[in-house]
Amino acid sequence: MGEAIVVTSGKGGVGKTTTSANIGTVLALQGKKVCLVDTDIGLRNLDVVMGLENRIIYDLVDVAQGRCKLNQALVKDKRFECLSMLPAAQTTDKTAVKPAEMKKMVDELKADFDYVIIDCPAGIERGFRNAVAGADHAIVVTTPEISSVRDADRIIGLLEQEEQVTPPRLIINRIRQHLLKSGDMLEIDEIMNILAIDLLGIVVDDDRVISSSNKGEPIALDPNSRASQAYRNIGRRILGETVPLMVLDEKGGFFHRMKALLGMR
Amino acid sequence: MSVIQPLVTMKGRKDGLVLVMDETCAYRDLVHELKVKLTENTNLYKDGPIISVKVQVGNRYISTEQREQLRDIIHAFERLKVDEIQSNVMSLEEIAQKQKQERIIRMARIIRSGQVLSVEGDLLLIGDVNPGGKVSASGNIYILGALRGIASAGLANDGKGAVIVASLMMPTQLKIGQVISRNEYSAVEEMKEDHLLECAYLDEKIGKIVIDRLHTALKKQNLSLTLNKLLD
Repeated sequence: MGEAIVVTSGKGGVGKTTTSANIGTVLALQGKKVCLVDTDIGLRNLDVVMGLENRIIYDLVDVAQGRCKLNQALVKDKRFECLSMLPAAQTTDKTAVKPAEMKKMVDELKADFDYVIIDCPAGIERGFRNAVAGADHAIVVTTPEISSVRDADRIIGLLEQEEQVTPPRLIINRIRQHLLKSGDMLEIDEIMNILAIDLLGIVVDDDRVISSSNKGEPIALDPNSRASQAYRNIGRRILGETVPLMVLDEKGGFFHRMKALLGMR
Repeated sequence: MSVIQPLVTMKGRKDGLVLVMDETCAYRDLVHELKVKLTENTNLYKDGPIISVKVQVGNRYISTEQREQLRDIIHAFERLKVDEIQSNVMSLEEIAQKQKQERIIRMARIIRSGQVLSVEGDLLLIGDVNPGGKVSASGNIYILGALRGIASAGLANDGKGAVIVASLMMPTQLKIGQVISRNEYSAVEEMKEDHLLECAYLDEKIGKIVIDRLHTALKKQNLSLTLNKLLD
């Protein structure tokens, strides 16, 4: 029996889908059987980010309404044998599925997979309730912006009311070091003070995340990117390892180090 | 020969008029005699300043409607104004209501954005109130944690003396009784300021909510009374 983890945030555009795709990828890299579930019915993106859009035949709504079997709708990843995806429908909306149906599907998936990663849509309405219905654990994604932290706080409050979900854990996404340094961005400590939940990981902003998403290749596949390293760390923490937080204040480049030596910085 | 005691005795004092009422007679007779007595003595308060009236009914229970009736009868005379109606008797309901107002509700949790916690009585919250969260109490609010959201105290009738105390006072809005004050700092700045153990109270002289260090606030007479209630 596997476990189901919902990735949520409340606010849109903070990187839920990217985070889901990458967590799924790193867990698959570790040899776990993983299924990604896209619950953003009507605005599906996970398939695009994973580069699996053209393989979709049936979707989540087809399964819910009995037009196909669950394993017929699963899309196998082209890179990993152990990674699958259950895509959302694009032609209807969130009301096409009920939370109870969603829970049934996730429970069925949990029997076959080690990890079921549920990508939650933005908002706190039906789509959110669908996504949370079958989850055992929750990951809240936020960025170091006040609006995003407010919404994360709201979502944590809602998740705490869900009895079957363990206390949510936090990922702080898109940290921009130059803004942190100039004090124009919320510091990690401040965010943790307000949200007061466990920190699962921090991910620095990396331009390559966007280009790799466009190519349908999750950034986690590129071992040289710092975002990728962050996701790999997160994956190991999900598996129960203790991994220290990434050091943010790292200045790359020979000249920077020389300048630092000469006291020019 | 027995002397018949009047049912309503009028006493003139420096600060106004006191009406002492008989405890044992029928209420109907009382009302009747009150009207008669007041009409008889109209010349005493025909003109001149407004006279405040205290009504003492002794060991007689009077309901809210009866209170209203007495008030109306007295207010029919232009220069009279009822200050208070004193009774030694309370109904069980009123006592329960009063006890509700005076108890302290303890709670240990975080009030997150979108959550509302509202209690009858005083609130002792162990945990933060996050931006977008709201706590309200008919009495005082004491927060062992950071107040970053909205707090509204003293929602009961005479809530002007209520206080809001927080270990870390950085509210978006405060409300005491009917007075609202809001934080004018920008959101980022507000998180960096250092506001430890502060107490908000309503300064009736200026009609605004004042935030002060707790020990400074304690020196004010009426506040220390309110705060001492915590220790009882």
